[in-house]
Amino acid sequence: MSEKSEKTPVAEVETTGHRWDGIEELNTPLPRWWLWTFYATIFWGLVYVVAYPAVPFKESSSKGFLGWSTRANLAKELKHQTKKYAHLDQILITTDLGKLLNDRELVQYALARGSSVFISHCSQCHGAGAGGAFGYPNLLDDDWLWGGSIENIAYTINHGIRNTTDPDSQISEMPAFDQTLKHDEIVTLAQYVISLAKLENAGEKTPENELFLENCSGCHSENATGDETLGAPDLTDAIWLYGSDIVSVKKTISSGRYGVMPAWGQRLSPADLRSVSVYVHGLGGGE
Amino acid sequence: MTLKPNPINSLYIAQEPVFPKRVDGSFRRLKWVVMIITLTIYYLGPWIPWDRGPKLPDQAILVDLVHRRFYFFWIEIWPHEFYFVAGLLIMAGLGLFLFTSALGRVWCGYACPQTVWTDLFILVERWVEGDRNARLRLFHAKWTLKKWRLRLIKWMIWIVISIGTGGAWVFYFMDASDLMRDLWAFNANPVMYGSISFLALTTFVFGGFMREQICIYMCPWPRIQAAMMDVETLTVAYRSWRGEPRGKKRLSEHGDCIDCKACVNVCPMGIDIREGQQLECITCALCIDACDDVMAKIGRDRGLIDYLALVDETYERSGRPPVAASRHILRLRTSLYGVLWSLIGIGMVYALFIRSDIDVTVRPVRNPSFIVQSDGTIRNIYEARLRNKAGEDRLFHLSIGGGEDFELKLEALGSDVAVKVPADSTYLQRFYLSVPRDHPAAKGSLTPLKLWVNDVFSGSRASSKTIFNGVKK
Repeated sequence: MSEKSEKTPVAEVETTGHRWDGIEELNTPLPRWWLWTFYATIFWGLVYVVAYPAVPFKESSSKGFLGWSTRANLAKELKHQTKKYAHLDQILITTDLGKLLNDRELVQYALARGSSVFISHCSQCHGAGAGGAFGYPNLLDDDWLWGGSIENIAYTINHGIRNTTDPDSQISEMPAFDQTLKHDEIVTLAQYVISLAKLENAGEKTPENELFLENCSGCHSENATGDETLGAPDLTDAIWLYGSDIVSVKKTISSGRYGVMPAWGQRLSPADLRSVSVYVHGLGGGE
Repeated sequence: MTLKPNPINSLYIAQEPVFPKRVDGSFRRLKWVVMIITLTIYYLGPWIPWDRGPKLPDQAILVDLVHRRFYFFWIEIWPHEFYFVAGLLIMAGLGLFLFTSALGRVWCGYACPQTVWTDLFILVERWVEGDRNARLRLFHAKWTLKKWRLRLIKWMIWIVISIGTGGAWVFYFMDASDLMRDLWAFNANPVMYGSISFLALTTFVFGGFMREQICIYMCPWPRIQAAMMDVETLTVAYRSWRGEPRGKKRLSEHGDCIDCKACVNVCPMGIDIREGQQLECITCALCIDACDDVMAKIGRDRGLIDYLALVDETYERSGRPPVAASRHILRLRTSLYGVLWSLIGIGMVYALFIRSDIDVTVRPVRNPSFIVQSDGTIRNIYEARLRNKAGEDRLFHLSIGGGEDFELKLEALGSDVAVKVPADSTYLQRFYLSVPRDHPAAKGSLTPLKLWVNDVFSGSRASSKTIFNGVKK
């Protein structure tokens, strides 16, 4: 009895024959249920392959008998959301633009919707944060070429800028003065214009300039504060879309500038247009 | 599940059924107490009421996933305070180190849900089918009407327990009484029925059939815990130097072990503890109770099987008296774990009590990092998350600390610098800070600032650090 129990059971177990520094690996069998679990996962894998898109073909993949697809799910979700917010869209379209801003709840909806419209359609030029870029206006500041009221913003978005496909588009064109002015006249004019601006390094303002009054004041007005109805920039402020150094300003005067913007009224739904107008107006510079 | 010879040379073996015998003793009684306490907490936890006012749930323990709140009696945790959960996890980790280094797999033996529910299921099994011998006979018997009857009764009771177990779980996530009503009316969310069914199924299978297989083959704890033990750790062990050679009591050359197999018969893992410390042992200590009982009957000292540390063997073999368990538990390593655990606990309790019921975090908008206005003013945009954790609406007054030169403007609120935040909610408010272009903050690179939020009526306040981006790169 005692002899038998002296034996350790480990010694009776078969080993794999592997030995490392005297340590042997026992050949312990796996539990059978583990094997069945493994078979079950194989079966599950086969069901999955048949049920869902799985096998890649040249053009597409197998569809799976459940007909599941992310695109169809998205379409379904979009349809659901459109239906869910249809009543808000209706109010958004019919409310007068000026009164719309007083309805806090409607503004929240428009901001949420407008931000995604902005990212999809506007951010390519104006930047995801609406900070603009060289030649593309910054929409966060308080400077507006064509007016910063909600009505003006909505009009600009609807009809675009210098857009020949839209008859109602806002069009103005700065002439290229290298045809009519001499080079030293352009330099003088550029220096004068820079001195007008509220720039940090602006020197003493040069006295009233004949050249400016003759060539520029028609659009930019006599005191150079610009004209929003013509899209003529205020030349006395600190914001310069095409640069405020002498080279840039000389180039602007010599060749003119011709910034364009699509007429989104042709492409977006009325609710999208309203939403993105509210969004741009709410970025911080809206008047 | 001992390591058995592999006679058929198969890669797989069938589960060997275990029929633990009933045992009584101090450890078994301790296990009953632990079972009653843990199961009571689990099943009744969601039904403890706690009044928080009209707008908030009146359930003491509630994980409100929909509204992203965690309620625990007087404590309310918001998602941004997740560090409390991280702290609890660190405490759980240190607690594991503490208990494992002192008492080995004590969690497995007493408090693990798998152990507690298996214990409960075995209890049911014994009520219905009888003790070990009766169950063994029934297991080998043909499928007669009696066997069918007993098996069905046992399974029915198990299923009721299982559904109750799955059912109790979902009550932690929704208002318990509402959910209970909906469940009975078949009105509740399908996710609820799904969760209950899934947990009922796992409870039924794990507690009724898989039992020790879960611990041996599926659970990672035994491996992790084995790596945390040392020579001073108390585990359940057999005093082979006292028991061997085992055999009949009346033969004088035999040790104290009479080879009655009482310790093997009560083992829920189906092992023989006399073979030494092994992977399967969950240190439930039932073999200690069984052996103590036998030792008392044959008039020998208790403790042939006992809580022992590895060092005890050499110590006791040299003829010295046994070392008290408390001396194994109280040593430098466990004390350090205990101190660390307590420090973190105290820190968290302190953090809980100094929490303000209003809170703010500020995120500077970095695209673009600053804006030049037409008059040359430099403006930064910020997004402030204002949190009102109180049960009533609050008026948050915003101000900038250490920056009187900054003009603060809240979006859509004109010159007003106070914003109303509804009760128990977070409010996102954009705001602008502007300074003239000749100000050092405008010319510089980064200026540190602090946004203060004051609630005028309650006097509570909170702040958040942020920065102002100047034009300098």
